[in-house]
Amino acid sequence: MEQNLVLLLLLTPFVGFLFNVFFGEKVGKAMSGAIGTLSIVVSFVISIYFFMQLNQTGKPIQISLFDWISVSNFKLDFGILLDQLSLLWLLFVTGIGSLIHLYSISYMHDDENMHKFFAYLNLFVFFMITLVVGSNLLIMFIGWEGVGLCSYLLIGFWHKNQDYNDAAKKAFIMNRIGDLGFLIGIFILGSVFSTLDFVQMENGLNVGTANTGMLGLAALCLFIGACGKSAQLPLYTWLPDAMAGPTPVSALIHAATMVTAGIFMITRMNFLFDITPDVQNIIAIVGAITALVAATIGLAQNDIKKVLAYSTVSQLGLMFLALGLGAYNVAVFHVITHAFFKACLFLGSGSVIHALHGEQDMRKMGGLKKAMPITFWTMLISTLAIAGIFPFAGFWSKDEILITAFHENKVLWIVGSIASIMTAFYMFRLMYLTFFKSFRGTEEQKHHLHESPTLITIPLIVLAILATIGGAINLPGSMWLNHYLEPIFATVSHEEHVLGNTEYMLMGIALAGAILGIGLAFSKYIKQNVVPNEDNEIKGLTKIVYNKYYVDEFYTFLIVRPINGLSNFFRTTLEPALSKTVFKLANVTYVMANQGKKAHNGSVGLYLFAFVIGVCSIIIYLFLV
Amino acid sequence: MDVTTLLLLLLVGAIATYFSGDKLASKVALAFSVITLGVSLKLLHDFTQGVNISYMGSWIENPEVALAFQADGLSIAMVLLTTTLTPLILFSSFGTTYPNAKSFYSLVLFMAFAMTGTFLAADGLLYYIFWELSLIPIYFIALIWGNGDADERRKAVVKFFIYTLAGSLFMLVAFAYLYQKTNSFLLSDLSKVNLSSTEQFWIFLAFFLAYAIKIPLIPFHTWQAKVYQKAPTVGTMLLSGIMLKMGLYSVIRWQLQIAPLAAKEYMNVFIGVSIAGVIYGSIVALRQKDLKKLLAYSSLAHVGLIAAGCYTLTLDGLSGAVSQMIAHGFVIVGLFFVAEIIYRRYETRTISEMGGIRSQTPKFTSMFMILVLASVALPGTFNFVGEFTVLYSLAQTNIWFVILGGSTIIFGAYYMLKMFQNVMLGETNAKVFAEITSNEAIVLVIILAFLLFFGLYPKPIVDFVTPSLKEILLNINRFN
Repeated sequence: MEQNLVLLLLLTPFVGFLFNVFFGEKVGKAMSGAIGTLSIVVSFVISIYFFMQLNQTGKPIQISLFDWISVSNFKLDFGILLDQLSLLWLLFVTGIGSLIHLYSISYMHDDENMHKFFAYLNLFVFFMITLVVGSNLLIMFIGWEGVGLCSYLLIGFWHKNQDYNDAAKKAFIMNRIGDLGFLIGIFILGSVFSTLDFVQMENGLNVGTANTGMLGLAALCLFIGACGKSAQLPLYTWLPDAMAGPTPVSALIHAATMVTAGIFMITRMNFLFDITPDVQNIIAIVGAITALVAATIGLAQNDIKKVLAYSTVSQLGLMFLALGLGAYNVAVFHVITHAFFKACLFLGSGSVIHALHGEQDMRKMGGLKKAMPITFWTMLISTLAIAGIFPFAGFWSKDEILITAFHENKVLWIVGSIASIMTAFYMFRLMYLTFFKSFRGTEEQKHHLHESPTLITIPLIVLAILATIGGAINLPGSMWLNHYLEPIFATVSHEEHVLGNTEYMLMGIALAGAILGIGLAFSKYIKQNVVPNEDNEIKGLTKIVYNKYYVDEFYTFLIVRPINGLSNFFRTTLEPALSKTVFKLANVTYVMANQGKKAHNGSVGLYLFAFVIGVCSIIIYLFLV
Repeated sequence: MDVTTLLLLLLVGAIATYFSGDKLASKVALAFSVITLGVSLKLLHDFTQGVNISYMGSWIENPEVALAFQADGLSIAMVLLTTTLTPLILFSSFGTTYPNAKSFYSLVLFMAFAMTGTFLAADGLLYYIFWELSLIPIYFIALIWGNGDADERRKAVVKFFIYTLAGSLFMLVAFAYLYQKTNSFLLSDLSKVNLSSTEQFWIFLAFFLAYAIKIPLIPFHTWQAKVYQKAPTVGTMLLSGIMLKMGLYSVIRWQLQIAPLAAKEYMNVFIGVSIAGVIYGSIVALRQKDLKKLLAYSSLAHVGLIAAGCYTLTLDGLSGAVSQMIAHGFVIVGLFFVAEIIYRRYETRTISEMGGIRSQTPKFTSMFMILVLASVALPGTFNFVGEFTVLYSLAQTNIWFVILGGSTIIFGAYYMLKMFQNVMLGETNAKVFAEITSNEAIVLVIILAFLLFFGLYPKPIVDFVTPSLKEILLNINRFN
C-alpha cells in the first residue's frame, strides 16, 4: 500500500508527461492543460498525506525498488527516502508546481505547442521529485540531470529563435561543468564509504578516523555541482539567459524549485559538510559574494525578468551564505519563503508581459497599477516580502540569515546586509517603473491594457498570501521548522537565537536598511521621475553594471573562443599534418623498396662486391667476435 | 548446437544473398540476419542454462592451428551486439536502393560473419584470419558503394585498408613469436604464458599498433573520419557500431591477458593516450561542418574513454568498457541513421545546409533528441551506466584521469547540442522535410528502447559479463 502510494506520487507526473506527448495534441488544449495540472495535484495530495503521516509517526519511509548500478565495491538500488527534508521539498515543489501549471493553462493558451509545454513541465516535476526522494546520491543525480534536461527543453521552448536556443544550450553546458564536479564527488564518496546511500553514509562516517582530506575534496566537488545548478559564482551566468523560456518556466524552474537543488543537496549531505569546515568557509564566501555581485547587477537592469533573475541569483547567494555557516535550517527556511514570493513575482511579471503582448522592457511600462490591480497588489506584497519588511515572510527568513552571519562573521553580515539594501532598492525600482506614474508604451498597448484572467490571478493571490504569512512556519518562539528538521541534521548544535537585545537591534538595522533602499528608489523614480536611459545613452559605471561586468564577454574571450580556435586549428592544420605524417611513414617502405630495386641492376661487379662483403661479415661474426 | 552455427548461418546467408538476385537480396539478407539473431538468443539461453556452446576442432597440424571458438560472457555479449545490430543496419538500408544489391548485401553478411568469428576465435591464428577477413568486405563496400568524388574516396579507403593491414602485421609477428615460445596459438595457453617483462613490452606494443589503428586511438586515427564520411551509411554503421569494438574487445581478450606486466608498467601512458583521444576528438568535433565527420570524431572521443577503462585493469574499468561498447554501438548506429534520414530528404551532409527541421517533424525530432541525450550519457540511458562505471574506475586509478576524461561530459554536451541546434532548430526550413516513415521509425524505436530499458535496468547485461571479466582479471594478475 505504502509503496504503491509512493510510486503513484513519483509516477503520476510521468504519466502526465506521456499522456501529453502521445495524446496532448489530439485531446485539445484545455484537456492537455487539465491533465498536466491534475497529475501534479495528485502528487501534491499524496505528499500532504505522507507529510501528515510522518508528523504522527516521526519515522521516515524507505523503499528499495530494484537494483540499478553496481561497481566492484558497492551496489546501488533504485531507492526512495521520504523523510522530513524530502517531504518538505515535495510539498512546495508539487504545491507551487500545481499553481504554476494552473497558471500556464491560461498563459500558454495561444501557443501552438501547448501540449508540449505541459509535457515538458510534467517531466520536470517528475525529475524534481526523483531528485528529492532519491535515497542515494546517484538517484539524486538522475533527477539532477533530468531537471537540467527539462530546463534545456523549456528555455529553448520557442525553438525558432536561435538566441533562445543558445541560452538553452548555455544552461545545459554550464550545468554540466558543475555536474562533472558532482560526479567526481560521488566517485570519491563511493570509494571512501563503499556506498552512496545517505543513511548508510552518515552511519558509516567515523568522525574521528575519517580521511578529512579526501572528504574535503569530495565536499568541494559536490559544492561545484551545487554552484552550477543553483547559479553561484562563477557558474551563474546561465540563469539570467534562461529567462528566454516562457515565464511560468522561470517561476517554477528558475526561481522556486530547480535552482534550490544545490541547497537541497548540501543540506542532505550536511554530515559531510559539518566535518569539512574549510569547504564551509568557501561556501559562505562564495554565497556572500554572489549575493552582492548579483544584487549590484540587478540595480541597472531594465528587463523586468532580468531584474528578477539577478535577484534570484542574489537570494540564492544568501542561502549559500547560511549553508556555509552551518545553518542549514535557516537556508531551508529562506528557500521556502523565497519560493513563495519569487514565484509570485515571476508570475506577476508574466501577467504584465501578457497584458503588454510580450513587452519586457520596464522603460516601456509604467502606470499599470490601475489597469491591473490584482497583479499590482500581489506583486507589491511579494516585493515587500523580498525586501524584508516586517511582518512579511522574507523578513523572518532573511533576518535569520543575517543574524547568523552577525554571530559568525561580521564581514559576511555587512556584505549580506548591503545586498539586502540593494534588493529593496531594485525591487521597488521595478515596482515604481512598472506600476506607477504614467504609461510609456504605445497607444495601442494602452488601449488593450487589462487585468489577466482568473486562472492567472488565482495563483498570484494564493502565492501572495503565502508570501505574507509564510514566515509563520519558523517564527521566533515557536521555531516549528527548526524542530521539524532536527532529525535530519547530524549535529544539532545550532543554538536558537533567543530574542535578546542584539537580535532586536539587528532586526531594527535590517528593517531600517530595507526602508532606506525603498526610500532611495522612491526619491529617484517617483519624486524625480527618473526613467532609465536608452541603451546607447548608458554611460560610465552604470554601463559596466548594465552589461553585467562583461563576465559573459570575459568567458567568451577566455574559454569559448580559445576552444573553438583550437578546434579550427586541429581541424584545418593538425589533422592534415598527422595524415601526411602517416603517409610519409608508409612512403618509407616504398622508398626503401626503390633503393632495393637499384641494387638489382644487373651489374655483376656490384653483386660480387656485395657477396665478398657478406662473406667477410659472416666470417668476422662467426670467428672473431 | 554451438556457436559455429552462427558462423555457418552468416556464411550461408552471404552466399544465398548473392545468388538471390538484386531484387530479393536485401530481404534474404535480412531474413538470414534475423534467423542468426534468433539462434544467438537461443545460444544465450543455453549458455545461461550451463550448456557448453563452445567449439573445439582441429584444423591445421603444422603449425598447429585449431578451430577453437570460445563462448564466455564477454564474447557472447559482443556476438549479440553484432547479431542484433546487423539486422537493424540491414533494415535501415531499406529506404535506399543500392546498385548491384546482391553483392552489397552479401558483403554485409560476410562482414558480420568475419566479425562474429573474430569475437569467438580462441586460437591466435584463427583469430588473426577472421580479423583480417573482416577488412575485405568493408573495403569493397566503402570503395564501390561510397559517396563523394570517386578518386578521393578511393584514396581514403585504400589508405584505411593498408594502414589497418600494416598495423595487424605487427600482431601477426607477435603471434609468430608466441608460437615459437609456446608451440601453441591457443588463447588458453597464451593467456597463461610467462614472458619476461621485456618480451611482454614488445608483444604488448605489437598488439597495440594493431588495435590502436583499429579502435582508433590518437594519433593513429587519421584514416577514420574520411572513411566514415565516404562510406555508404551501412558501411559507416558496420565500422563504428561493431568493427571498432573488435579492437577494444581484443585489448581485453588478447593484449591484456598475454602481456599484463607491460600493461601494468605502462598503464599511465596508455590511459593517458586514450584520454588524450577523448579530449582531442571532442575538440575536433566541435567545428566540424560535415555531420558524418562530426559523428566520427564523437566516436573517436567515446572509444578513447572505453580504451582508458580497459587499461585501468580493474573490474569496473573492464565492465564499464563492455557496457559502453554496447551502448556506443547502438547509439552511434542510431546517429548515423539519423544522418542518413536527413540525407534522404535534403541530399546533404553539410550541417550549415540544414536547420529548421524540428517544427516539420515532431516524431523524428524527439527520437533524434533522445539519441543525442544517450550519446551525452544522460542518466537513464545505458550509455550513462557504461560511462559512469568507466569514470569510476578512472577515479580509483588517479583523480587526474577522471578530471580529464570526465571532460567528455562537458565537451560531449557542447558539440552534440550545438550540432542538434544547427541541424534541427531555428526558423522553419523552406525545404520540406517529410516526417519519418514507419520503417525508419522502427529502427530508431528499437535502438531507443534498448538504450532506455538497460539504462534503467542494466543488471542483466552487467551480471552476465562480469564472471568472464573476473576470469580474465585472474589471468591478468597471474604475475602478482
